[in-house]
Amino acid sequence: MSPHDLTLQVIQQVFNGVSLGSIYALIALGYTMVYGIIRLINFAHGDIFMVGAFAGYFATAVYKLSFFPALVLAMVVAALTGVTIEFFAYRPIRKAGRISALITAIGVSFLLENAGLLILKPDPRAFPEVIPLTVYNVGGLIVNNRQVLILAVTFGLMFLLQWIVRYTKIGKAMRAVANDRDAAHLMGIDVNQVITVTFALGSALAAAAGVLVGIVYNRIDPLMGIMPGLKAFVAAVLGGIGIIPGAMIGGFVMGIVEVLVVAFISSGWKDAAAFVALIIILLVRPVGLLGRNVGEKV
Amino acid sequence: MVKKAVGLFLILFLLGGLSALAAEKVVKVGVVYEQTGNVATFGQSAVNATKMAAEEINAKGGIKGVGRIELVIEDNKSDAAESANAYNKLIFKDKVVGILGPVTSTNTLAAGPIAQQAGIPVITPTSTNPRVTQVGDYIFRACFIDPFQGRVMAVFAAKELKFKRVAVMPEVTSDYAMGLCQFFKENFEKLGGKVVAEEKFSTGDQDFSAQLTKIKATNPDAIYVGSYYNDVALISRQARQLGINVPLIGGDGFDSPKLFEIGKEAVVGHYFTNHYSPDDQDPVTQKFVKAYKAKYGQTPDALAALGYDAANLLFDAIRRAGKADPKAIRDALAKTKGFKGVSGSITFDENRNPVKAAVILQVQKDGSQKFVKKVQP
Repeated sequence: MSPHDLTLQVIQQVFNGVSLGSIYALIALGYTMVYGIIRLINFAHGDIFMVGAFAGYFATAVYKLSFFPALVLAMVVAALTGVTIEFFAYRPIRKAGRISALITAIGVSFLLENAGLLILKPDPRAFPEVIPLTVYNVGGLIVNNRQVLILAVTFGLMFLLQWIVRYTKIGKAMRAVANDRDAAHLMGIDVNQVITVTFALGSALAAAAGVLVGIVYNRIDPLMGIMPGLKAFVAAVLGGIGIIPGAMIGGFVMGIVEVLVVAFISSGWKDAAAFVALIIILLVRPVGLLGRNVGEKV
Repeated sequence: MVKKAVGLFLILFLLGGLSALAAEKVVKVGVVYEQTGNVATFGQSAVNATKMAAEEINAKGGIKGVGRIELVIEDNKSDAAESANAYNKLIFKDKVVGILGPVTSTNTLAAGPIAQQAGIPVITPTSTNPRVTQVGDYIFRACFIDPFQGRVMAVFAAKELKFKRVAVMPEVTSDYAMGLCQFFKENFEKLGGKVVAEEKFSTGDQDFSAQLTKIKATNPDAIYVGSYYNDVALISRQARQLGINVPLIGGDGFDSPKLFEIGKEAVVGHYFTNHYSPDDQDPVTQKFVKAYKAKYGQTPDALAALGYDAANLLFDAIRRAGKADPKAIRDALAKTKGFKGVSGSITFDENRNPVKAAVILQVQKDGSQKFVKKVQP
């Protein structure tokens, strides 16, 4: 392989990794936001991603919506699902301790998966082709419009989230609750409302990831949330759980590491690599990549 | 004189009674298929075809000298434990002389030892895992095994398609896939071809872009994918998105309408090995396809064809054994030679695996499968 080909391949693989990583990043954001606010690892989050993918599927396949309306609808459906779950499953036991909440989250995850198998059937479905594929060849680098779309939507949503957290009143309240829940409560912030909004935002981002996966990979099934959910959780921890920019960086690092391992070590090591990366990070920097930065906790 | 007449009458009466009994003689055959549950369509096709085979024999008065066929049909609910239960019932309560089914390797492996111990011959239509018949000398199958599929595609790719460089993509978490890829690779290299890349993936993977980018750099003539239709469809789409325009090739795991449903135009042109094609112009095959269509109103799939062959293999062995004795039937079955089945001519080797032809199919623009070629072993 000539040096030029090698460079091209590295660039191609990194690009593949970035598009894969943006999916992880979108899901990781939900994990990290919920953790930041109520110190709960919401294990049902991967399944919210699945709910979003199916909402997008029904919006496009049954109601014939185009991409953006379907995306928005899926985000709304998932946000409502997330808020409902929080209200019925997590809120009643909020004072019962973190282990109870964690186990409830695992229970909700199983509930969503098995309800999905029952109602939606285990057979994988083909996601409708709402965006016709165009493949571009940029000096040997193969890029397609769907990958560009993934990146555009991901970055757009990330900026939107940053804006909400930094510059809106509710964002300010979220930061306050993340910092010190009791003090925020004493200052007159409606903590329950903040938690609801956090779940809604996190779930909506996961749903966006679900719809993007549906469009790019074209196959969805009720158990599709398990592996991406797990990897996104790793990404969130890797970046420093509770820290928003950490989840973004963690997601991209995960995607790129996975792809580079396949490219230059062995495809058999792909899944192992992500978890090895996690172990190394936890050994070297237990707080995650951005852990020591004071970055706003949400 | 009167005494003599009465005696003669009695003898005649007894003889008549005996012949009446002979006419009513039945031979019980057990059938265990996956009629509900996960792989329900597989079992339903096999049951339909088995019933058809039995009716055809019984319409001719049953098996000569042995009796009419009576099927005792059990549903194993696509479950290994239920398969074992069904075997116990059929063998110890119904006293069947032979059992057909189940269709999947896992279920046959679970139930097989019961029949082996009781000395009841079994034929499974489609359990392709090599271990299935290693349970014992009473277990047979009507389909070829995975090493053979791998070899057939290797020969076809090297000799007919003149491919020189092929990349291999095995699903590492599936024995079926690993076996297929290994045998493809061995045979393709033996024929002078080169396996330019071997890129693995796991069950449930969605993203194959890294593996495919690597494969693309090796510039292959085709990619041999050891997996089932779902993953094959995804890999095809992502390959096209990366600008890889060579066909994917593989085994019977490609055979599902879902392949085209998910993969769309990306799967057009793929080649795969399968057990049978309804377009095969062999007269035995065509007769079966016509009869099945007339009876059930649909084109028989590979499961129906192999279910039909499994049933007829057993009936043929009972006929040759000449009696409803499981041991004699097993021995006759083991000697099966050149049996004319719907899925080709069947001869058992010493491991009770059929030596038979495979067909090669190609996916067409409308999602149908074109019969390309029949490959004799």
